[in-house]
Amino acid sequence: MSIDTSKVATTTSGAAATAKPNRAGAVANWADERLGLGTLAKKNLRKVFPDHWSFMLGEIALWSFVVLLLSGVFLTLWYVPSMGEVHYEGSYNQLRGIAMSEALASTLHISFDVRGGLLMRQMHHWAAMLFIASMMIHLLRVYFTGAFRKPRELNWVIGSLLLLLGTLEGFTGYSLPDDLLSGTGIRAADGFMKSIPVVGTYLSFFLFGGEFPGESIIPRLYTIHVLLIPGLLLALIAAHMLLLVYHKHTQWPGPGRTEENVVGFPMLPVYAAKAGGFFFIVFGVCAMMGGLLTINPVWKYGPYDPTKVTAGSQPDWYMGWPDGALRIMPGIESHIFGYTIAWNVFLPIIVLPGLMFTILLMLPFIESWITGDKRDHHLLERPRNAPTRTAIMVALMTFYGLMWAAGGNDIIAIKLNLSINQISYFMRVAVFVGPLLAFFITRRWCISLQRHDEQKLLHGYETGIIMRSPEGGYSERHLPISESAAYTLTARSREEVYDPEAQTDANGVPAPGGRLAKLRGRLSTLWYADNVQKPTAAELEEAHHHAEHEHQLQGAMEGRSADGHQFDGHHAVEGETLRGDH
Amino acid sequence: MRFLNRSAGRLSRHRRGRLAGLMMLVVGLLLTGSMYAAFAPAQAESTDTQAADVEAGRELFLIGCAFCHGQNGEGQYTVNGDQIGPSLVGVGAAAVDFQVGTGRMPMAQPGQQAPRKPESYSDEETAQLAAYVASLAPGPGIPDESDYSLEGLTAEEQEAAIVRGGQIFLTNCTACHNFEGAGGAMPRGGYAPTLRGVEPKYIYEAMLTGPQAMDSFSNGNITPDEKRDVIAYLGSLEESPQYGGFGLGGLGPVAEGLFAWVVGIGALVGFAIWIAAHTTRSSKKKVSA
Amino acid sequence: MTTTHDSQGGGAGLEQSSDGHHLPALPPEEPLANPGLPEHTWRPTDVDPKAEKRAERQVAVLFGLSAVCTVLFVVGYIALGIGDNHDTVLNYGASTVVLGTTLGGALLLIGIGIIQWARKLMADHEMVEMRHPARSSDEDREVTLKALNDGLEESGIARRPLVRNSLLGAVGLLGAPAIVLLRDLGPTPSQAAAADPESGGLERTIWAPGMRIVRDVVGTPIRASDLEIGDLVNAEPEAIFPTEENGYPEIEGVELNVAKSKAAVILLRMDPDEIIPGEGRDNWTVDGITCYSKICTHVGCPISLNERTTHHLLCPCHQSTFDLADSGRVIFGPAARHLPQLPIMVDDEGYLVAQSDFTEPVGPSYWERSHEDIGDQGEADL
Repeated sequence: MSIDTSKVATTTSGAAATAKPNRAGAVANWADERLGLGTLAKKNLRKVFPDHWSFMLGEIALWSFVVLLLSGVFLTLWYVPSMGEVHYEGSYNQLRGIAMSEALASTLHISFDVRGGLLMRQMHHWAAMLFIASMMIHLLRVYFTGAFRKPRELNWVIGSLLLLLGTLEGFTGYSLPDDLLSGTGIRAADGFMKSIPVVGTYLSFFLFGGEFPGESIIPRLYTIHVLLIPGLLLALIAAHMLLLVYHKHTQWPGPGRTEENVVGFPMLPVYAAKAGGFFFIVFGVCAMMGGLLTINPVWKYGPYDPTKVTAGSQPDWYMGWPDGALRIMPGIESHIFGYTIAWNVFLPIIVLPGLMFTILLMLPFIESWITGDKRDHHLLERPRNAPTRTAIMVALMTFYGLMWAAGGNDIIAIKLNLSINQISYFMRVAVFVGPLLAFFITRRWCISLQRHDEQKLLHGYETGIIMRSPEGGYSERHLPISESAAYTLTARSREEVYDPEAQTDANGVPAPGGRLAKLRGRLSTLWYADNVQKPTAAELEEAHHHAEHEHQLQGAMEGRSADGHQFDGHHAVEGETLRGDH
Repeated sequence: MRFLNRSAGRLSRHRRGRLAGLMMLVVGLLLTGSMYAAFAPAQAESTDTQAADVEAGRELFLIGCAFCHGQNGEGQYTVNGDQIGPSLVGVGAAAVDFQVGTGRMPMAQPGQQAPRKPESYSDEETAQLAAYVASLAPGPGIPDESDYSLEGLTAEEQEAAIVRGGQIFLTNCTACHNFEGAGGAMPRGGYAPTLRGVEPKYIYEAMLTGPQAMDSFSNGNITPDEKRDVIAYLGSLEESPQYGGFGLGGLGPVAEGLFAWVVGIGALVGFAIWIAAHTTRSSKKKVSA
Repeated sequence: MTTTHDSQGGGAGLEQSSDGHHLPALPPEEPLANPGLPEHTWRPTDVDPKAEKRAERQVAVLFGLSAVCTVLFVVGYIALGIGDNHDTVLNYGASTVVLGTTLGGALLLIGIGIIQWARKLMADHEMVEMRHPARSSDEDREVTLKALNDGLEESGIARRPLVRNSLLGAVGLLGAPAIVLLRDLGPTPSQAAAADPESGGLERTIWAPGMRIVRDVVGTPIRASDLEIGDLVNAEPEAIFPTEENGYPEIEGVELNVAKSKAAVILLRMDPDEIIPGEGRDNWTVDGITCYSKICTHVGCPISLNERTTHHLLCPCHQSTFDLADSGRVIFGPAARHLPQLPIMVDDEGYLVAQSDFTEPVGPSYWERSHEDIGDQGEADL
């Protein structure tokens, strides 16, 4: 069985391997005697990875992180994390002689007096944007396909932590150049901290080493940005990858693919080549963007000055949604016993992101509690086959998207000729109504798609051929779908609504559980009850009988050239004529 | 003028493509020509022609402006007290030159925001209107080219002026007009327009007169020299190359986020689809090796 | 255990099962049996030596072009000037654009070449690998549990609660040094206020009675007569600019930035008739010239986006809007408190000066702040 592939494999690599067998063998032997590489590599060199474009989204994040490490190290060679004041004397004329922090002066030095420095700065920034964006689309893929289910819940948690840390890493990096935009961001962050009840001002004074802006924030953020968070990110990425290898990758259901196997290409050579090639592509795209698209032109913003501000002061996109929440929040403040709680800041920027992150973290556990599903899952589900799950994420995405739009309300206002006030009023309602609408629409949409699948399975696909019967009636001809397509459609598990009433003990007394069990029952009904279950063998049989009956009615056309097969796109039509006799 | 400054001042240090020089020459010539056309009549006037201008301006005013601004430029109000057009008494020639010269006036309909549009009046007619409104009451006059030109300063002084102009710009202007002069949003659908490509004279007049909702920055607020420096800074921004490549409209992080998603993620997902896509298949079978 | 699917054997489900593949037996409710992996089909490059050669050349050309890009990168690095003599292409910074596109090209071409190699030339037989449950086997669990129990038993941790509890307590207490050590990150707000009784802390700024209001950037004092109706001045206290006597400011460095971040103000001259004077604020203005803190009460961005016609001041960060004709009241947006107003007057020489410091803290709200919005409490804080 395996002879065949190994032969093919050796034909491509054989020439190189036979050139210096002894030298290579000696090195391998030396290493193996010390490291035991043979045992380690035995299992993994030909480890199988399934092939699907959506499985590579996480790789974008991994590779852009590598780009971040490389370009980041380059930047540290010149960057000076200091708020000490200097007068700029570099090449950029429009700022010459201006007092600024050493941080910005060194950033300008990198941009204008180090060849390739501006390129590296822009690559670093673009890669950071792509890093977080790709983590998010990877997260969406994992959620929509059900890849977070047992046994992968912990990897979901690790992934969510990576997203959180990536965002913090991005924010600290955004602050380091100490230009007008960074400083405005830090100033807002100071306001955020001060809004925290009881300890807010203490947090602010400790972080800034006294009153804002102080002279400590840049060096402190620098340590966090280049040491603390990257270290945590590296450790978590390693854990994420190890768990991926241990669990083996999920796969789409299909002929030959089961819960017990994984079908795909071996690590060596195909997957190594594809992953390695993709690294170069991600690196290349970052370089292209860094070379062609200006990002954060600090020289135009100038040094941070607590009295200056620019229109369009926004955080980077990943901080845009809490910023949007901050913008549309009504100005509410409480005064109790001489103390102030600034709800208008505390709720949208401290509580809301924490709440959203907790929800994100808990999604796998909430779902498994509702469904009671404790089985291992290695086959993915199509989003339509989990309508409620899909709808939950679409609702969350809608919430995120509306908040995001609210965060760019000034740019939307000038580009679309709208009023920022009207946008804000609209968003105040839309962030509550929009997700609900999205939830119901998505859920029903998914169920409709399920019905369509069932139709295809039971009655075949629509050929688009309209037949006229001898009596003059018209009907569209349906033809059965292929065996593998039919199997793929049925390769999903049957779902059962959890019924708390049914949980009785041996004596017929309802099992304890009370209100919680009832809630779970109700949620489970919401989750599953409207879903279309796949047909049983008997139903399928009956439908096929029915179809055969219809075929007999249309049988006069059977075998004729215009029986529909020719034009349904599923067959080659070469050599067939429309009206010709056989 | 900008063109001359380039050869005399700091910008000469920039090496440019050959075409860029030619372009600047053409632009400079056009600019000089159009400014000459704009100013020549104003400079070569006697009191007689001034009086004639005022009269001609009044004629034009009664036809084109009086409906909103009143027969004598006193302003018009609706019955419930809403202003249709403000009083023009004392706004001076500078305001007329700005509003009419940039096509903002006459407006298509009364409103808070007067968008820039193609001018309705010729340069001569604009000058006549300005002369008429200036005759209503004393007000800021149209600035002379020497008011906003760095000509006559040494290279070092020019550079220092640009640096100072940048700081004044970032303190007083960027809050509304954005750090690149790209414009920004104001309450209730208003906006601060872009400053890019706006002629120096109009920037000067806008600061001087505070058109529409803009605050005024009179000479007691920002001195004429400081106004000149701001204009020089904006000029230097426009003349500087885009050091980092395409500037994304100078709109800041929102545009950057959009590009990261559309260009970056778009391209990379496209590559991922290609990498995982099935290759073409042959109907032939391989002869077993 | 890794096995390879037999590509030439037809690949029907039944055959596979007999080959040791684990296709589960069909349960009664399952409508269709797993048909097994479809038959392998070949690519043109597998069966046509010409296509194979072509693909090989294609990949090699991609790698070759990449090398060309790398050479161009080095050439560009050496040839294109930056700094004072910045070369440009199409009005873009030549160095950045050329280095970026050549580096990007070099990397992309390598990546595309490798992928093309994998797609066209590397074996593309799908392989099947069996999964193992993530959980450990029962035997393993048993052995582990026993080892664990043995170890714990030998340590006696269960039998000696005194040792266990005192250790837990001691280790738990070690959290204290970690927290205590962070104490010196900065002073507390009250310490900061005590260290600088004039202007330190959250409740005071550097403004003092008689301090001149000067233009930002240039630092020149302002006469009331300098300003026309509609003029907006971004202003600062005189103390942060060099004095005439000694040529350097009274404060500098961190202190200066702290002072600036609290004391920045805007001066706006309005038509006195349009101003709705706040209670007790009748003499806070000079001929329609009013002075407000420039620091937004929401999260502290500096604000100066004023609409001259409406006196509405907008914050560019989160769009809080304040009415400057009406004591800086919030009329839109997330800010909850009015903008603090600085009482001003004219000194002997005719320059605008502060009557006093702000009468309330400037900037964002915080826990210890006891003042309430004038909208809620009238003149209590005025």
